[in-house]
Parts: sequence; C-alpha cells; structure tokens
Amino acid sequence: MNPLRTTRTLVASATAVVLALGTASFAQGAVPADHGDDDRITIGIKFDQPGIGLKTPDGTYTGFDVDVATYVAKQLGHEPNEIVWKEAKSADRETMLQRGDVDFIAASYSINDERAEKVDFAGPYLLAHQDVLIRADDDSVKRPSDLNDKRLCSVTGSTSAQNVKDDIAPDAQLQEYGGYSECLTGLENGVIDALTTDDSILAGYAAQEEFKGKFKLGGFELSNENYGIGVQKGSDLKDKINTALEKMVDDGSWDAAVKKNFGPANYQNEPAPKIGVIVE
Amino acid sequence: MRRTGSGRAAKRRTDRDEAPTVLYDVPGPRARRRNLLWTLLFLAALAAVVWWVIAGLGAKNQLEAEKWEPFLTDGRVWQTYLLPALKNTVIAAALAMLLALPLGALLGIARLSDHRAVRAGAGTVVEFFRAIPVLILMLFANAAYAEFTDISPETRPLYAVVTGLVLYNASVLAEVVRAGILALPAGQTDAAKAIGMRKGQTMAYVLLPQSVTAMLPALISQLVVIVKDTALGGAMLGFAELLASVRPMSANYGANTIACFTVVAVLFVLLNLALTTFAARLERRLRRGKRSTGAVVTAEAVDDLATPGEPPAPKP
Amino acid sequence: MFDFLEGYDLLGAFWVTVQLTFWSALGSLVWGTLLAAMRVGPVPLMRGFGTAYVTVVRNIPLTVIIVFTSLGLFQTLGISLGADRFTTINFRLAVLGLTAYTSAFVCEALRSGINTVPLGQVEAARAIGLSFPQILRIIVLPQAFRSVVGPLTNVLIALTKNTTVAAAIGVAEAALLMREMIENEAQLILISAIFAFGYICLTLPTGLLLGRLAKKVAVKR
Repeated sequence: MNPLRTTRTLVASATAVVLALGTASFAQGAVPADHGDDDRITIGIKFDQPGIGLKTPDGTYTGFDVDVATYVAKQLGHEPNEIVWKEAKSADRETMLQRGDVDFIAASYSINDERAEKVDFAGPYLLAHQDVLIRADDDSVKRPSDLNDKRLCSVTGSTSAQNVKDDIAPDAQLQEYGGYSECLTGLENGVIDALTTDDSILAGYAAQEEFKGKFKLGGFELSNENYGIGVQKGSDLKDKINTALEKMVDDGSWDAAVKKNFGPANYQNEPAPKIGVIVE
Repeated sequence: MRRTGSGRAAKRRTDRDEAPTVLYDVPGPRARRRNLLWTLLFLAALAAVVWWVIAGLGAKNQLEAEKWEPFLTDGRVWQTYLLPALKNTVIAAALAMLLALPLGALLGIARLSDHRAVRAGAGTVVEFFRAIPVLILMLFANAAYAEFTDISPETRPLYAVVTGLVLYNASVLAEVVRAGILALPAGQTDAAKAIGMRKGQTMAYVLLPQSVTAMLPALISQLVVIVKDTALGGAMLGFAELLASVRPMSANYGANTIACFTVVAVLFVLLNLALTTFAARLERRLRRGKRSTGAVVTAEAVDDLATPGEPPAPKP
Repeated sequence: MFDFLEGYDLLGAFWVTVQLTFWSALGSLVWGTLLAAMRVGPVPLMRGFGTAYVTVVRNIPLTVIIVFTSLGLFQTLGISLGADRFTTINFRLAVLGLTAYTSAFVCEALRSGINTVPLGQVEAARAIGLSFPQILRIIVLPQAFRSVVGPLTNVLIALTKNTTVAAAIGVAEAALLMREMIENEAQLILISAIFAFGYICLTLPTGLLLGRLAKKVAVKR
C-alpha cells in the first residue's frame, strides 16, 4: 500500500466528516447577533441558576431573568421564538456587551459603579440581598457574625464571598469553585458550612426538588444587589428597556413572574424597584 | 534518537510490553508462588480502596439513584446537554487536527532546512508556542478575533479554541515530523541524491512518505492531547464543549456534580479510546506496507529531540 | 501603562505555581517510577493495573481529575491531607491531582527508557542470578533514567503549564490571578501577554538547563 495515498485518503475523508459536522452545526440555528437583522435578538442570561436563568433538559430556558428578558424583548418587537439565548457567565458580561456579542444581558447582574463605567444599565428590575445558604439542621448560624469560624463557599471571581470575609467574618475560610453546584455538593456533604451569594439565587437552589428540606436561607440581607439589564455603553436600548420594565410592573406581569419563579422557593422578595433608583 | 536506529530491533522492543519481558525469567514454582502472593496482596489492597471509595460515596449519599438516574432514564440529558457538547468537542478537535498536521509538517521541515534563517525562524515559532499555556493562546485568539475580525460571536469561541490548539499542537507536531524524518536511515537520502533528486523531491517522494508511518504513535498521542485540551475552551471562552455541559446539567439535577463529572470523564475516555484504536489500526496497516522502514518514533523520542534550544541529537 | 498591576501579587502567584510544579514533579517521579515498575514486572495483575491506570488517566482532561480531588476526595471521602485550612488543603489536593495525572506520562517515558537498555545487559544480570527488583534497581532504572532526562524535561514543562488547572479548585496560582485581573481590568491582551511571559520565564530556562543535563548524562552507545 502506498502510505502517501493512504494519508491522502485519510485526510480527505476526515475533511469530509468535519465539513459535514460543521455545516450541520452552523445550519442548526447558530445565528449571529447581527444587529442589521431585526427579527432576531440575542440575550445573555445565566444557564445554571434555578429560579433566575436555567437551561432545562427540554432545551428551554426558565427563571425570573428569562421571563423579564422575554417580556422586554416582546416590547422591543421580538417574539419569544426570535430570541437567541446566550450564556453570560459573570466574568464575561462586560466583555460580551462591549464586543456586541449580545443585545442585552439579564443575568443576575447587579449594578455597581465599576461595571457602570464599562456598560450602561437599564432598570433595576429586582432588589436582592446577599445572603447565606446553610444546612436546614444547622442552628449555629443565627447572626452574620456567627459565620466567623465557618467555611464559606462561592464561585471564582465573585465579590460576595470576599465581602463577607472582609467585613463580617474575618476568620472565615473561603473556598472558590467554578460553579455553585460544586459548593452545594460540599454543603450537602458537610465540608462547607455556608454558600454565600444573592438570596434570589440561593432561593432557587433551595427550592429544587432534590434539595427540598435540606437547606435554608440565613435571611441576613448582607448587602443590596440591584439587578439591572446591561446594555452597551451609550445604547439607545436603555430607555426602551426602561419603558418596557415600567410597563411590566404596571400590568402585573412583574408580580406574575416573581410568583411563578420565586413562589416555590418561599422567597420574600422586595417590591418592584423604581426604575433608575438604586438602593445603596 | 536512541531507540530508532535499526528497524527490526526497535520494532521488537516496542512490542515488548505485552509479551513476557526479558526483565525476569520464566517463573519457576517458587517465583510463581511469590507472584501469587503479590497478586493476592495487591488485589486485597485494590479491593480495600474500591470498597472504601464506594462506602464513602454511599455514606454521603452520592450514590443515590436520583443523582445518577437521569443519565439512564432521561434521554433529554443526552439530547440537550451531552450530545451537542460532544459534537462541539469533536468538531473543535477535528478541525484543530486537520489544521495542525500540515502546519506542523511545514514547521518541522522548515526546522530541517539548509538555510539558517529558515531554521531559526521556525525554531523560534515552535519554541515560543510550546512555552505558553494553551489557555493563554486561546484567550489571545479570542480577544484578537473580537477586535480585528467580523467573525460572528456564535462561532468565535470555536475559532479561538481551534486557533489556540493549532498553534500549540503544530509546534509539537513540528518536532514529531522532524524526529520522524531524522529517524529514517541516512541511506534513503543518499540514494535519493544518487539518482539525482533535488532537495524538495527527496523530501516529498522519499522522506515524508516513509516518516509518516514512523510518526504515527507520536501523532496519535498528540491527537489525544488535542481532544482533551478542547476542554480548556469551556472554562474561560464560553465554548460549549463536553466539560462545560456539567454546569447547567448539575444545576438541573440537584448538584449531582460527582455523577456529572464521572459521566463526562467516561465520555472523554471513550472518545479518546475510539481515536487511538482507529489510529492504531491505521498504523498496523501502514506498517505492513512495504515502504516502511520499520522505524518508530514514540512521543518520548520526540520529546527527547525537542528540548528547547538544543540542536537535534546526533544519530547513534 | 503598567499602573493596573498595582495591588496584585504577581510574584506571589507565580511562586505558588513554582511550588505546585515542584511538589507535583517530585510526586509524579516517585509514583510514575512505581507504575513503570508494575508495568514491566512479573505480576500480571500489577501489569494490568498499570496499563489500565495509564490508559484511563491519560485520556481524561486534567480539569476533571483536579475537580475530583476536591469534590470526591476532600468533600465526599473527607481526605484533607493533614491540613485544616482551605488554602493548604486545596494546594495539597492540587498537588495530588497533578501527581496522579503527570505520573502516567512519567511512567510512559520511563518505560520507553527501559526499552533502550540493551537486552544483553538484562540477560547478563539474570545470568548472574539477580532478582527482578534487583535488575530494575541496579541495572535497568539507572540507565533508563539517564536516557529519559530529555522526555522527562518535557513532561516537567507540560506540568508547569498544567498547574494553571489548579485554579479550578481555587488554588491561588498564576492562572487564577490572571482570571481575576482580566475580570477587573480592561487590559485583556496586555495581561495575557504578561502572564505568557511569566510562563516562558519558567519553562524556557528549565528546558535549556535540563536539556544540557540530558546530554551530559546520556548513555553513550
């Protein structure tokens, strides 16, 4: 056998396979966030936060952020089937907006000064608080100061855990993982004492079927997190989204979305925030 | 280049791992008893470890059916999370392989050039890209594509992942190719010269075709590296590959992280085993061909050559 | 231009990288040698274990292995490796994971080194009645090690770069700092370049030094 010819055939067939796979994948609706094309809108959400933004096994998306984004998109003239959902990890959000990868981001995105330098925020549309999730049978954490000798967990690059460590519990230990799921495994196994992040996110986890009765929220309100919808700096979307959010509160859709997504978690949500008013 | 000198010997030795080795005698009655004792001890130790792991997992409820069940009973897990992610992994790996192989061959040949400038240029490129973590290369590529091209945001992570993989692996493959060509008996070049072939002809018709067979083991192990390294794109570039599918999956099924990671690990092993089995079969077919010299370049032989800044080791 | 570097402990982060590399290298050398001994040894079960170990470990992404040390070993099986602070535990777990992974490559390099020892030597050793452990210890391994300094150097370089994965369980090494800086500062390209340079500073000299050593100790045949 001629080795050269074999190589050639091999390369040719491999190319064919890749091309076939490639075209298949691109044809399947990986539509670019093309701003000239008005039918589609690309929205950044979380894919892994129950109650906020979650990619379900059906391939659909659920959560409060998803409902808000869907409502806003509708007001902007996009039907739900014209929405392209894109995962917006916490660390990537500003970059995604700056590069124009997404039209807007609704992904448990707290408004703060540092971020506001890079992107514009519509909203806020929800006021959440930093809190801790502890095991249901753990009675040792009653006040924030009880966290002092505890083992905290949060995700890499999150400021919430660092805040607790700096301000409330200087002796606490901090474990960081890539995602909340790893923290939950640790919490479940008793190696981690408290998972800390926004109560809205924690409530979603606590309400999951598998975790019923296992975890509870501390209810500490360690900070105010004003969730906003991030848009590119200087974008005219900001005003349109604000109008849409106001309408959402007025026509009762906001309450419905809160009830639908946070109801099962028994989450004590704050009333709808006023647009443009950031609770410090 | 110590292992690759004469064909037969090298081949016999690489086959040695399965056959009874020459490192010990055929066991007599006493040796057999001793081996049996070792076997039993080792088995006991292994069993103890396995039991301890399973008991530990069980004690922490990690073996509960609800954590593992979805993978068996819920087809949607595969449809929504695993299979699309697997497809992305395969696409990225395959593209990277297809691009890295010719680029690597080119760089490898350039490093053997008679012109010092070409040699030095290729050498610098190879050493540079081998010295940097692939993740940083991917990040670079992603930023550069976003800044300077109109590649759509949907496909940009794929491009960035493939670019990072190609740059790194082409550099490694360049060393594989160089080693493969150097592993051929010098007589081949001499004979080609004697019948009046030019340098390019010698390379294209004599050296490269033969070295391909010699290079296959090293090529294969590099291909496995490519498949595994696609996982780096998931963590920081948002490329939806296999490992990244763990996150939304575990969020849906009650943080069954251990189950999810295990399933993904098994998929990676299967994917890589399929790749290596296919490649090994191909290698056997090629090696049976008459044109092979029987020389073999393993990954280690290549590494041996590829110490940064060192000229190729002299042939034995 | 480099103002943004203030407040970040770059050297400290790279020092953690160096320490991770050092301890993992030491660990993988030991465990890798044991694995290689198993793979060429007379006990079939151990041979099988060695082969299975190398096959499985080499085919799994390192990230999975590192995450498993934390989720599986520490969180579930309660192995804290004699430490009680997360920073220490995570560091040791990362070393363990890197060792488990890298030793598969050390094993393979060593095995190919063992193959370079001429058959006559081993036959001679057997003829004078040396046992398998003796042959390995006195005759084969010393020569094998000298002939695989080059390949092992490359394993070491790969290991240095692989320590970036320890960031997945929160070890504060260079890659984690890089991630943090990229998130906080709008200087992606510059930050990547700085860290790329840092890794080059670690890997290139290693390659050059050990490359020279490889030549020096190579067995002339």
